[in-house]
Amino acid sequence: MLDDFLVRAALAAVGVAAAAGLLGCFVVWRRMAYFGDATAHAAVLGVAIALGFSVSIFVGVFGVALLMALTLWALTSRTLGQDAILGVLAYGAIAVGLVASSLMGGRQVDLNAYLFADVLTVTRMDLAVVWSGAVVIAVVLAWRWQALLTSTLSPDLARAAGIDPRREELVLTLLLATVVAVSIKVVGALLITALLIIPAAAARPLARTPESMACWAVALGAGAALLGLWGALIFNTPVGATMVCASVLLFAITRSLGGMLRSA
Amino acid sequence: MSLIALENVTADNGGPSVLDRVSLRIEPGEIVTIVGPNGSGKSTLLRVMIGAIKPRAGRVMRDASLRIGYVPQKLHVDASLPMTVRRFLDLPVRVTTPVALNALERAGAGGLERRAMSDLSGGQFQRVLLARALLSKPDLLILDEPTQGLDQPGSARFYRRIDEVRRDMGCAVLMVSHELHVVMAASDRVICLNGHICCEGTPDVVQAAPAYRELFGTGTGGALALYRHEHDHHHDHSHGPADAKSEDA
Repeated sequence: MLDDFLVRAALAAVGVAAAAGLLGCFVVWRRMAYFGDATAHAAVLGVAIALGFSVSIFVGVFGVALLMALTLWALTSRTLGQDAILGVLAYGAIAVGLVASSLMGGRQVDLNAYLFADVLTVTRMDLAVVWSGAVVIAVVLAWRWQALLTSTLSPDLARAAGIDPRREELVLTLLLATVVAVSIKVVGALLITALLIIPAAAARPLARTPESMACWAVALGAGAALLGLWGALIFNTPVGATMVCASVLLFAITRSLGGMLRSA
Repeated sequence: MSLIALENVTADNGGPSVLDRVSLRIEPGEIVTIVGPNGSGKSTLLRVMIGAIKPRAGRVMRDASLRIGYVPQKLHVDASLPMTVRRFLDLPVRVTTPVALNALERAGAGGLERRAMSDLSGGQFQRVLLARALLSKPDLLILDEPTQGLDQPGSARFYRRIDEVRRDMGCAVLMVSHELHVVMAASDRVICLNGHICCEGTPDVVQAAPAYRELFGTGTGGALALYRHEHDHHHDHSHGPADAKSEDA
């Protein structure tokens, strides 16, 4: 069954969408969208380094994304000029990545493939990486769920209860690097943040508790992934972009549903 | 032994130092109120006690088994985060529904469990925060201006409730308040803070202290007048650590 490239593509897309939907709830609740963007942009540098030193893409991207996420985590403890710092690091990483890969003349690579990935080319190995990452993210989130939620609501409430909100932030930071690394081959560096934010935002009008929002985000993310894959085959469009379009469509639907429910 | 003790704590909120060599202890079961002008370090002091701010100098000693129930001054629930009252009570530790409903009842928030946190009025929100703080069976309940935004009858009811909670649960209560007239009636001990501790003691002692009179005017009429007054416009009340004239009071 896994021999069929379509089945592999569908499984990979669903895995990434599920992991991103789950983690995306925290990205939305904590307003970390730009943080996610910066981490994802660092992935481009990671690809260049991986190709330059002939290590696996996953290792290169995970390493650089992790470094970027840790740097951001350390810098955001101070509140001054966060936006600017995030911008400098995000665009610095993507630009250095592009320059570095062009300097590596001997091994011409098409970085476009990692900016806008093609899920139809995923291998069994990629699939294993995606699903291992998704399982790690789900397990860690389940384990830290209550502490993460308390810290998200109020760092002071967390402190008073003996929870260290900075440590919980660090956990999220590491998971964000993980999701970037496992999804770069599936959706590409430029659209990862979209899969983090849009399904979670689409889930909001349907939910009354954080848990139901997380479940809806996974379901809508997976739905958007499959819808996008199907759309891409029908219209012969890029898969990653079509998946994001599908999730925007679902977002529009749940928002208007939510509006109707409220006014009813 | 004391639940919590501060020894010569100097701390800041990221800016210049707002607490200067503050020492105090909280004993089991007492109600202690901190009063002081805006910017006198009241919230900073509470945040040092819950461990949210590390003091720059001095020591904070907590009883090893100390459980703190914290009611923050404000809690902003982001619109993107769906949260019912019942779910909120499950943070940070899940509780059974009877226990949760009992805490709501005790805090005067009975019947709110199915409401969304974002739909609550200011007073309801405060009572839900109190209910959540009670769930950990605290030895020390810390409240940061719990009646801000409540009208006078509302805040009087809130303080009566705090007194009931203290009697039922036997916990100590430490709170910050602006409402001097109510505080004086409801506390065992009052600490007057203005960067340093100006004076402390029973309400009678504090009201008679020169340092207190200097900060809040004289007589209860004056105190009440000052309370209203303070909200119209800002006064520079700063009298920093160098100004030690009232420190011996």
